[in-house]
Amino acid sequence: MSEPSKPRQPLPVLSVRGLSKRFVVGGQTVEALRNVDLRIEKGEFVCLIGASGCGKSTLLRILAGFETASEGVVEMYGKPINGPSPERGMVFQDYGLFPWLTVTQNIGFGPRQRGLPAKQLHELAMHYTDMVGLGKFANYYPGQLSGGMKQRVAIARVLANDCDVLLMDEPFGALDALTRERLQQELLDIWARTGVTVIFVTHAVEEAVMLSDRVVVMTAGPGRIERDISLTLARPREITGIEFNQVRRDITQYLSSHLAVKAAA
Amino acid sequence: MSARALSVSPVSGRMRIQRILTPLILPLVLLLAWDMGVRASGTQLIPSPGTVGLMLIDFAVGGIYDDAFSQTLGLHLWKSLTRVYGGFLAAAAVGIPLGLMIGRSPSLRALVDPTLQLLRPVPVTAWLPLSMIFFGLGPKAAIFLVFLGAFYPIVFNTIFGVRTVDARLFEAASMLGCHGPGMFRQVVLPAAMPSILNGLRLGHGFAWILIVVGEMTGVPEGLGAVIMDGRMLSRTDLVIAGMIVIGLAGFCTDRLLVWLNNRLLKWSPQHHV
Repeated sequence: MSEPSKPRQPLPVLSVRGLSKRFVVGGQTVEALRNVDLRIEKGEFVCLIGASGCGKSTLLRILAGFETASEGVVEMYGKPINGPSPERGMVFQDYGLFPWLTVTQNIGFGPRQRGLPAKQLHELAMHYTDMVGLGKFANYYPGQLSGGMKQRVAIARVLANDCDVLLMDEPFGALDALTRERLQQELLDIWARTGVTVIFVTHAVEEAVMLSDRVVVMTAGPGRIERDISLTLARPREITGIEFNQVRRDITQYLSSHLAVKAAA
Repeated sequence: MSARALSVSPVSGRMRIQRILTPLILPLVLLLAWDMGVRASGTQLIPSPGTVGLMLIDFAVGGIYDDAFSQTLGLHLWKSLTRVYGGFLAAAAVGIPLGLMIGRSPSLRALVDPTLQLLRPVPVTAWLPLSMIFFGLGPKAAIFLVFLGAFYPIVFNTIFGVRTVDARLFEAASMLGCHGPGMFRQVVLPAAMPSILNGLRLGHGFAWILIVVGEMTGVPEGLGAVIMDGRMLSRTDLVIAGMIVIGLAGFCTDRLLVWLNNRLLKWSPQHHV
């Protein structure tokens, strides 16, 4: 960086170096992550993929600030992450909506913490309610919504809070296939429109190939990054396309080859 | 959709009448059995429903017996209400904040919870002699007993409500920028609300149960005192009249709590009563 000939690189949104995470479960230490390095640039759409137990959700929760690293450095724009923050919005698989608040109140929860005046708060919340197509359901409670609608609320509430990074933990895992496809498309639209950085945990290869710029393949025991693949497929992507299938096959192979090695051992 | 709602409405009207009438069947059957039992046995110890009905009328508006109890229902009911709600509201005012804090703080829980668990099995009625020593003969002892009776269900249900808040909601709130006291007000309190209301309803029931015991402590007025007087004077009709008034007052005030419950929890039909 001190050499004048080299252009100064912008700080990555998220930077993970030498990250290890150990849990103590029932008196035994389990190594969930070992020596993970990851660098995520602004505006990227990155999928973390792997079989269960590979630590992808743990990595996401550390990025969110819900868990702390046992070793290593985890930074956002060069500053260490120590705890949850509105700049990193999490979308959970089980939604995590406040059941006593309406759709708009849920979406306005974050901005409300910043002490926005009531009128401005309402306008902002309504804007994001409309953005995810729930205008007609503004005054519904989460208990009255379908899974897909709940997940729209969950996405809108972190966007309304002006997050830089959208952390998504298998967000569409519990939805039916049709709803999942529609929400994937809506997420891509939102991503294109807002330029938000997305880190998306999934175990579905097709979903990862459909959505991301980069697929980070993780393997278990202990969790680590196996491969980091950049996708150059043009958007919008065609699920039945030849190239799409090629990429899908490759990634499936990375995932399953590791499983085969483990089974043989 | 509106057409369907229209065609349904006459049925729902009939169902409404049914819903009001159904709960009345059992009390009427019991009244009838009571009446027939008294007639058949020819007992002098238990008055018939008719006699108790007359007593109730005299108790409320007078004009039948014109004795010391005529037309005093309002006074006794009012006195009992002030004691029930004095004790109940004090129990809520102490029990809910304490329960919220114990539920949230493991160290406070370790400090206070064992003691509470130790005190809880002691029947509230066993406190009667001590409360008379503490507060003397009079309404304060009654309020204290009502307080104790309502306190335990309120505090334990509040603790339970706080401890069973989905941890996910704390994560969600914290990543949206909510911390400290805001977390308490905006997450802990509403999430624990179903349990808190449940505790309030249980405590409210105990408050009405304990008012009779509380008013045995030598207070001149109150429904419990009327029942004790009736017992001493062998006026069983007065005893039963007092019991009926307490039952009705407890029932009506419980409906108010149910209304409050359904209003505060309109987000969760499963918690509706």
